[in-house]
Amino acid sequence: MTKPVATRDSYGEALLEVGKKYENVVVLDADLSKSTKTYDFSKTYPERFFNVGIAEQNLIGISAGLAAAGKIPFASTFAMFATGRAFEIIRNSVAYPKLNVKICATHAGITVGEDGASHQSLEDIAVMRVIPNMTVIVPADGVETKAVIHAIAEYKGPVYVRLGRSAVPTINEENNYRFEIGKGVVLKEGKDVTIVATGIMVSKALEAAEALAAEGINAGVVNIHTIKPIDKDLLVETAKKTGAIVTAEEHNIVGGLGSAVAEVIVESYPVPMKKVGTMDTFGESGKPDDLLKKYNLTADAIAEAAKEAIKLKK
Amino acid sequence: MADYQALQKISTGIRRDIIEMLHAAGSGHPGGSLSAADILTVLYFHEMKVDAKNPKWENRDKFVLSKGHAAPVLYAALAEKGFFPKEELYKLRKVDAMLQGHPEMKGTPGVEMSTGSLGQGFSSTLGMALAAKLDKKESRIYTLLGDGELQEGLVWEAAMFAAHYKLDNLTAFIDLNGLQIDGPNEVVMGVEPVGDKFRAFGWHVIDIDGHNLEEIVAALIEAKNTKNKPTLVIAHTVKGKGVSFMENSVGWHGNAPKKEDAEKALAELGGEK
Repeated sequence: MTKPVATRDSYGEALLEVGKKYENVVVLDADLSKSTKTYDFSKTYPERFFNVGIAEQNLIGISAGLAAAGKIPFASTFAMFATGRAFEIIRNSVAYPKLNVKICATHAGITVGEDGASHQSLEDIAVMRVIPNMTVIVPADGVETKAVIHAIAEYKGPVYVRLGRSAVPTINEENNYRFEIGKGVVLKEGKDVTIVATGIMVSKALEAAEALAAEGINAGVVNIHTIKPIDKDLLVETAKKTGAIVTAEEHNIVGGLGSAVAEVIVESYPVPMKKVGTMDTFGESGKPDDLLKKYNLTADAIAEAAKEAIKLKK
Repeated sequence: MADYQALQKISTGIRRDIIEMLHAAGSGHPGGSLSAADILTVLYFHEMKVDAKNPKWENRDKFVLSKGHAAPVLYAALAEKGFFPKEELYKLRKVDAMLQGHPEMKGTPGVEMSTGSLGQGFSSTLGMALAAKLDKKESRIYTLLGDGELQEGLVWEAAMFAAHYKLDNLTAFIDLNGLQIDGPNEVVMGVEPVGDKFRAFGWHVIDIDGHNLEEIVAALIEAKNTKNKPTLVIAHTVKGKGVSFMENSVGWHGNAPKKEDAEKALAELGGEK
């Protein structure tokens, strides 16, 4: 593993790359460009950057109009405001007409930290994935983030990308990593249980698998970066192979990755499942690492859940 | 020079189509469709550069019906312009029909944005106006808002943005008929003084009689000649205009005419069948 990088930083770098590659890429922000990292794009391509002020509904409405006129708008603000405040504009003005808008929201999850519950979006995966036509992607590290931004610039249609504030370990190799929308990545094959993780929990899933190995449990690890459309084939294959699944996400256990995986598993190949995530609660202020511990978003919590899932096997 | 006689004939035809399609649909919004008929007539049959045979023509002007519930007036204008056959009008709001209760851009030629949730169409026109400027196109962007729609917060986010970015290729109409579904604007939630509010937000504001074709034409010329500012045309209108028993009646905001009322309305409107 190389040094930790926040996915929002990689987003900012990737924007410069796609901005150079595609003339019709435009970027919009709602007065948070230094936090969302769209700032560098705004300095490099000022004529293609629009600060809308603190007006998230308008951020999305304008993006819809730009997309209708053939632009590829990347709209950024914090996940809370992008998916919460602007939800209905995303639903009616972007997803319903299937417009080519990329909503790249940062500061998702509890690792926002000290700003507290009002800014910790733990519901965004749920509310975005319930919208028809929407693609939902949660990169696990900086390398994956860059690959995602390039891929969605090519893809035609609405996309929600969930990015984080805090630095996370880099688990993918820049030169070898191949990203495909909707295709999960098997990071480790297993026999006894599969840990299906997304976003910052992927590196913790790898840690958990190592800890479990020390106890003689062979856990597989799958990175589901695309929550929608979810990689149904891979999930069913893994359920057949290991017979138990643990999901791990920095999100409410209601409606997120765990729910999405359960929907597939229960209909196609039911096996015992356990979900690691926030337990239908709001967060609070604190250091990101302290919060991850308090809210059981740790490798230990994943390993425990894996053992419980194995116990549930018939 | 505009041919006002011809335009008048078209606007009567559009009003007839509104009544007929709403009667066929059995539900929908006649009042706010009739009040906007003259504005859409001038836009589609005098002002805007559009090509019904090539709806996606890249240098076209664009119109977004932000008050999406007035879909019938838009559909009538588009059908008259030749974007789709008039038969479609009589399938409005029916299952498997092209014409949805509120405008839907994917399946309907000539519809530039899916609207219906108020404030959103207006917001989208900012993106269209920005794109036209980025691409150095002469295209002009038009939108029509309802007066009740001004109660949406998004409208004011959009108004602020349009002036800040000097979107002088954008012209917004307010269909100021004074009534919304729960009653008069000024009883439900006062919106006046509309002109002062938009002027304070940095817009050029023109007040007109929204049923006077010459005033609509003149306002559009003034809007085109206004640089560095978006223009708001406050069209003072009569809800239900053209059908005596629908005029200024809240009851006809969201009720379709039954057979007898439809026949009475068509007889009053006159014009060609």
